Amino acid sequence: MKIGTIARNTFREAKRDRVLYLLFFFAAVCIVFARALAVLTVGDRVKIIKDVGLASISLFGVLMAILMGTGLVYKEIDKKTIFTLLAKPIHRAQFILGKYLGLVLTLFIMTVLMAAIFLAVLFAHTFRVEWPMLTAILFIFLELLVITAVAVLFSTFSTPILSSIFSLSFALIGHLSWGLETLIRKMRPGAGRTLARVLYTFLPDLENFNFKTEVVHGLPIPPRIYLYSTAYGLLYAAFVLGLAVWVFRKRDFI
Amino acid sequence: MGNALRIEDLRKSFGTGFIPRKKEILKGIGFEVAEGEIFGYLGPNGAGKTTTIKCILGLIFPDAGTVEIFGKPHLAPGSRERLGFLPENPYFYDYLTAREFLAFYADLFLLGKAEKEDRIASLLKLVGLEKAAGLRLRKFSRGMLQRVGLAQALINDPSLVILDEPLGGLDPLGRKEIRDLIVRFKREGKTVFLSSHILQDIEMICDRVAVIVGGRIVSQGPLQDLISERVLFTEVTVSGLEPGELAGLGESLSVRGGKVLLKVIEEDKVGRVLELVRAKKGRVESLVPRTETLEDIFVSMVRNQ
Repeated sequence: MKIGTIARNTFREAKRDRVLYLLFFFAAVCIVFARALAVLTVGDRVKIIKDVGLASISLFGVLMAILMGTGLVYKEIDKKTIFTLLAKPIHRAQFILGKYLGLVLTLFIMTVLMAAIFLAVLFAHTFRVEWPMLTAILFIFLELLVITAVAVLFSTFSTPILSSIFSLSFALIGHLSWGLETLIRKMRPGAGRTLARVLYTFLPDLENFNFKTEVVHGLPIPPRIYLYSTAYGLLYAAFVLGLAVWVFRKRDFI
Repeated sequence: MGNALRIEDLRKSFGTGFIPRKKEILKGIGFEVAEGEIFGYLGPNGAGKTTTIKCILGLIFPDAGTVEIFGKPHLAPGSRERLGFLPENPYFYDYLTAREFLAFYADLFLLGKAEKEDRIASLLKLVGLEKAAGLRLRKFSRGMLQRVGLAQALINDPSLVILDEPLGGLDPLGRKEIRDLIVRFKREGKTVFLSSHILQDIEMICDRVAVIVGGRIVSQGPLQDLISERVLFTEVTVSGLEPGELAGLGESLSVRGGKVLLKVIEEDKVGRVLELVRAKKGRVESLVPRTETLEDIFVSMVRNQ
């Protein structure tokens, strides 16, 4: 209940933030631009719209999660609004979870709106609703859950600029870390392989949420992969949020 | 009556700098605030007033010591249910309207819808912000923010109200309004813990005070016990006499429009000044004996530390 109150207020804060609308505007422009790009392309035009559209949703979703998530807790501390809030009978964990859920709700609505524009652009080209695209978008949203949790974690102890750099690095590493898995397979047993394995365990593998190629080309995906990716995303987000609560509970607000 | 607040041997240090060096802010402070009183917490800037308040509220964790709110440890669940707090500088969510702002805090106390609406309406009336209820806080003046801050501190009808420098930065009228409200809280049975360095206000409304200097409580007790009735000096304003004629009787503070303001320390010299005025056919414009004020005590305490 108290978490819900904080989440609602966070949602209201995000709703009144111009950055959100600016990012949404650019996302919409990029998705619509995909149609123009397709007209100029020789070959499979629908594929271009799908590729560019999904990439835009992913990119702007990540930017929204990072730019808003990193300021989420820091702003409360910097503007000292946290003093009156934590003087009320709420736990610090409730505060972090409320903030997180408020932003998740905002991102959900933004993802739905971007998806609607994307499907409408596709419909204008193919005259049919491409429902399988929603699978890829759903997993983009799952990736946003993880990135938001990371942004909130950094926000509990760092400034928005540093937190944004850290979170962006996290997202980049997350999309490249699958290379480590390939490396582990090709390495001989030894210290190097163990190190690579340890790194791969702790570093995120955000490619687990990337189903863009599969849905664009209509490739089959075994259900257990969905299940694995969902569990991975939820557990990773929960772990990072737990870490954020742990850091936040120990903090003095000077 | 029990204690609304009890603090014992509270200590807190902060590490500052790149290679942190411990700086002790609170050096074992202790005091008790009885239920139903207005307790003034005095101290110069940087003495540790706000740090004490943040310890009470659980915003910072003390290194050692005990803080109890109505007999419960201050970090226990529910210890903040009966507490209201107004921070030093009112920083609030400026994207909210006054009504939304109060509704947000009411929801944190899980107030029912009807109770919430009633409470918000009566608090907006109490602090005189009924007409600004729909206005976003970013458009509020400093005085209005202070008042809406006070309203949020009262949203749960608290038994203990903690006010950190509530009168700072307000004009004389605003200060009087807040002072009147604090006195009203007391009449309603609330306990008020008030930190300030505006001694005049503390002197007017507080029952008991504690003075903190350099992280230590240097004095505490009922106000009347701290301030003696002893006359420190007498200020006499006379006219019709030259300052030179009053030499040796006191210190001439100012001469303006033929009036001489004289500071007379010894009491017997006051009589001699009056005799001299009568003899020279002058006139006594005013005669004010100055007793010890809280400010005198405060200044001497700070200087002695």
